Amino acid sequence: MTSISVLKQREKQIYQKGKQPFEMECETKSLAGAVSQRACVFCGSRVVLYPIADALHLIHGPIGCASYTWDIRGAQSSGPELHRMSFSTDLSETDIIYGGEKKLKKALLELIEKYSPKAAFIYCTCIVGIIGDDVDAVCRQVEKETNIPVIAVHSEGFKGTKKDGYKAACDALFSLIERNKAPRVTIPDSINILGEFNIGGETWIIKKYYEAMGVKVVSVITGDGRVDEVMQARNAALNVVQCSGSVTHLAKQMEKEYGIPFIRVSYFGIEDTSDALYQVAVHFKKTPEILKKTRELIKKEVKAIVPSLETMKKDLEGKKAAIYVGGAFKAFSLIKALKTLGMEVVLAGSQTGTKEDYEVLRQMCNEGTVILDDSNPLELAKYSVEKDADLFIGGVKERPIAYKMGIGFCDHNHERKIPLVGFEGMVNFAKEVHGTVTSPIWDLVPRRQNPIGKEGAI
Amino acid sequence: MLLRHTPKEIKERKALAVNPAKTCQPIGAMYAGLGIHGCLPHSHGSQGCCAYHRSTLTRHYREPIMAATSSFTEGASVFGGQANLLQALLTIFTTYNPDMVAVHTTCLSETIGDDVNQIVKKAYKDGTIPEGKYVVHAATPSYVGSHVTGFSNMVKSIAVQMAEKTGKSNGRVNIVPGFVEPSDMAEIKRIAAMLGVNPILFPDTSGVVNGPLTGKFEMYPKGGTPISDLKSAGDSMASIGLGAWASAEPVKALDAQCKIPCQVQDLPIGLLATDRFVDALRTVAGVSVPDCVTQERGQLLDVISDMQPHLYGKKVALAGDPDQLIPLTEFLVTIGMKPVHIVTGTPGKAFTKRIKEITARFGDQINVQNPGDMFLLHQWIKNEPVDLLICNTYGKYMARDEDIPFVRHGFPILDRIGHAYFPTVGYKGGLHLLEKILGVLMDRKDRDASEETFELVE
Repeated sequence: MTSISVLKQREKQIYQKGKQPFEMECETKSLAGAVSQRACVFCGSRVVLYPIADALHLIHGPIGCASYTWDIRGAQSSGPELHRMSFSTDLSETDIIYGGEKKLKKALLELIEKYSPKAAFIYCTCIVGIIGDDVDAVCRQVEKETNIPVIAVHSEGFKGTKKDGYKAACDALFSLIERNKAPRVTIPDSINILGEFNIGGETWIIKKYYEAMGVKVVSVITGDGRVDEVMQARNAALNVVQCSGSVTHLAKQMEKEYGIPFIRVSYFGIEDTSDALYQVAVHFKKTPEILKKTRELIKKEVKAIVPSLETMKKDLEGKKAAIYVGGAFKAFSLIKALKTLGMEVVLAGSQTGTKEDYEVLRQMCNEGTVILDDSNPLELAKYSVEKDADLFIGGVKERPIAYKMGIGFCDHNHERKIPLVGFEGMVNFAKEVHGTVTSPIWDLVPRRQNPIGKEGAI
Repeated sequence: MLLRHTPKEIKERKALAVNPAKTCQPIGAMYAGLGIHGCLPHSHGSQGCCAYHRSTLTRHYREPIMAATSSFTEGASVFGGQANLLQALLTIFTTYNPDMVAVHTTCLSETIGDDVNQIVKKAYKDGTIPEGKYVVHAATPSYVGSHVTGFSNMVKSIAVQMAEKTGKSNGRVNIVPGFVEPSDMAEIKRIAAMLGVNPILFPDTSGVVNGPLTGKFEMYPKGGTPISDLKSAGDSMASIGLGAWASAEPVKALDAQCKIPCQVQDLPIGLLATDRFVDALRTVAGVSVPDCVTQERGQLLDVISDMQPHLYGKKVALAGDPDQLIPLTEFLVTIGMKPVHIVTGTPGKAFTKRIKEITARFGDQINVQNPGDMFLLHQWIKNEPVDLLICNTYGKYMARDEDIPFVRHGFPILDRIGHAYFPTVGYKGGLHLLEKILGVLMDRKDRDASEETFELVE
């Protein structure tokens, strides 16, 4: 592995704490030709809007974009499940030549008639941006004819990174919220939960906490989402933003337009979850009851999980973890949670972190920790082995790389199947980590039997 | 409530695909590229295309899938992607050091009109492509055909751009295996070896996407067709293309370019199609069929007759790719089953004709749609229920909704293992298919049996 060199142009996106001055280059376009783990604008929009279960999600483009995103994210719904169907205008060669507007309109009318959705989102893919379909115009016509919000999501793949897709989704959401013409009434002690997508039922856990605190949840954007609920979002007193990368843009817009303040939180790990709930309680300090209930809740929840965490910590103490996630904010929480389990982080990276994010990461990490921006499989493999990681935390493309090297793996992306948020989520996380790190299989892999650098290494 | 969005009543749809039974060309091209040893597939388009294809292939194979991308930006979409592709090739050869790069286009690069042939020529001329290294390229617009078309286009490009005719026969037979699993490719090689034929099989993803855990991350795993074999393909005695959709064009192109007599056979799925494949090999190579092959055929026939009462008259619904569905339908008819609903998303008029011929004994009772989607298949099933469903993972919604025994076959399979290791081609593959079909049918019989009729011996 040592023979693998790092791309010259990528040197500034890799930092090893204590070894060099910190000048992280990030928020750049990926180098053409790199085996990047990043996705596109469409991907960003699709993941943010997808959990709105009673909306129609129509993908305007050739079939691929619809096929690859058909129900791949386990965003759960307690009711309708229209979001799990795959609808595509399936553009063909003649549509590329003559334009796809007519086809789009026909498809929309047909689908709206059949499913009576509460709203429709039309995702523009690369090709739509090139052939110049006026999707907004079609949406306006169909909205007029059908009387439901019909919103174009400008998610042409080439127009930036996944982050730009988040922004396009936020614009679509804001446009939906703006369609609510009823007078604004701020509901006291109420919040919107932003940037929470109900993977593995996580939304329900968080909602349960707020209910116990006496805080009213007006809408969740977008986990277990409903169109009507999202349209009520402007009546909340506070926006609580998780996964800051994806919906901060919406929170800022709502602050500007409606004066709704927002705070950034994470519900991952004991420390961050408690902090999130306290922050909300403090915000509503005019209702002292909330803070009191919050204290009780946290005390009760923490007490319930500490014994099992302590048991697992005994096996995990001193084990080493590598983290590569989409947004850097998630990495902060993961580092803290891993510390709770007695583990050390030896590699931390993200696809889309900012300079400030990486500075925070640097401060959180120990000497020698490798910090990476927009990484690729070779680097991830190289540093995980060099740093002798016992655990890798990442998404679908990282999983088999970790396993190939004989390293335990925990999915902290959309393919996780169990809730990892909140206090009970912390126990689930610890169980997952414990299960994979202590699996007997790793004793059988060549890397453990013949450690790198020793005679007879395979 | 799971996905109960399919009404029984069937209306003609023209403007859209719902729950597609296909995906787009580039992923097929990427898969084909992976089947060449030391080859890095390259996606000339937005970053998302490459990420989606890699994720889908990773989910299907549970293996790291390596591919690079031109990372199109807004600029590239206006001014053309030449600069991106040249930069990409430079990055790839200086960092990842493959022996070959297989470039495929996307809807984006096709529509803006990039001349990849000219760009690659320039890269050779400029020395961006080092001595002894190769770049092959194929046009794979996503709005034409399907993933099968993309596979075919890339294999054709590899054949015509790599094969060299020296005039001296190498005594070998070219076999293009079609868009099948690595297990199938390995089985085709095993059958050829039993017949004493030394084939040039291309592409060959066995050992690439089903490799062992070595404790190392291998950018270029051991498997794949050697480049020397690709060159030598111009000196073979004959070519056999398996599956008209995926493999006819490549073998015809080799015939046109190097005068290698070619024939197109069905994929050897089931007894009769395997007979035809074995016979074709026997004829072109001038060998006789050894006892070990006859033995395997006899075993398959034996098991079919043993289990015939459990199969007879059972109705089957199928979705998948034409090359698989034609011999699979034939196999089902052979073993006494009744395929009643058959859908493929891949266009091609010959499909319906072949299926009608194969199912002629059932008269007009068979539903065939090409191109069709899973939504239509589900509607057909609602109108005429079946005893068995065979299709890719996306069939699980229908199987659950209608409570139908379900065998996963095709691409993608996202929730089971085995397809990468156990073939469905050849006589052994036929046995494996039978085992799977009988397993689900008999499990269902046991599940539904009353206590009195619950039998130990079946």
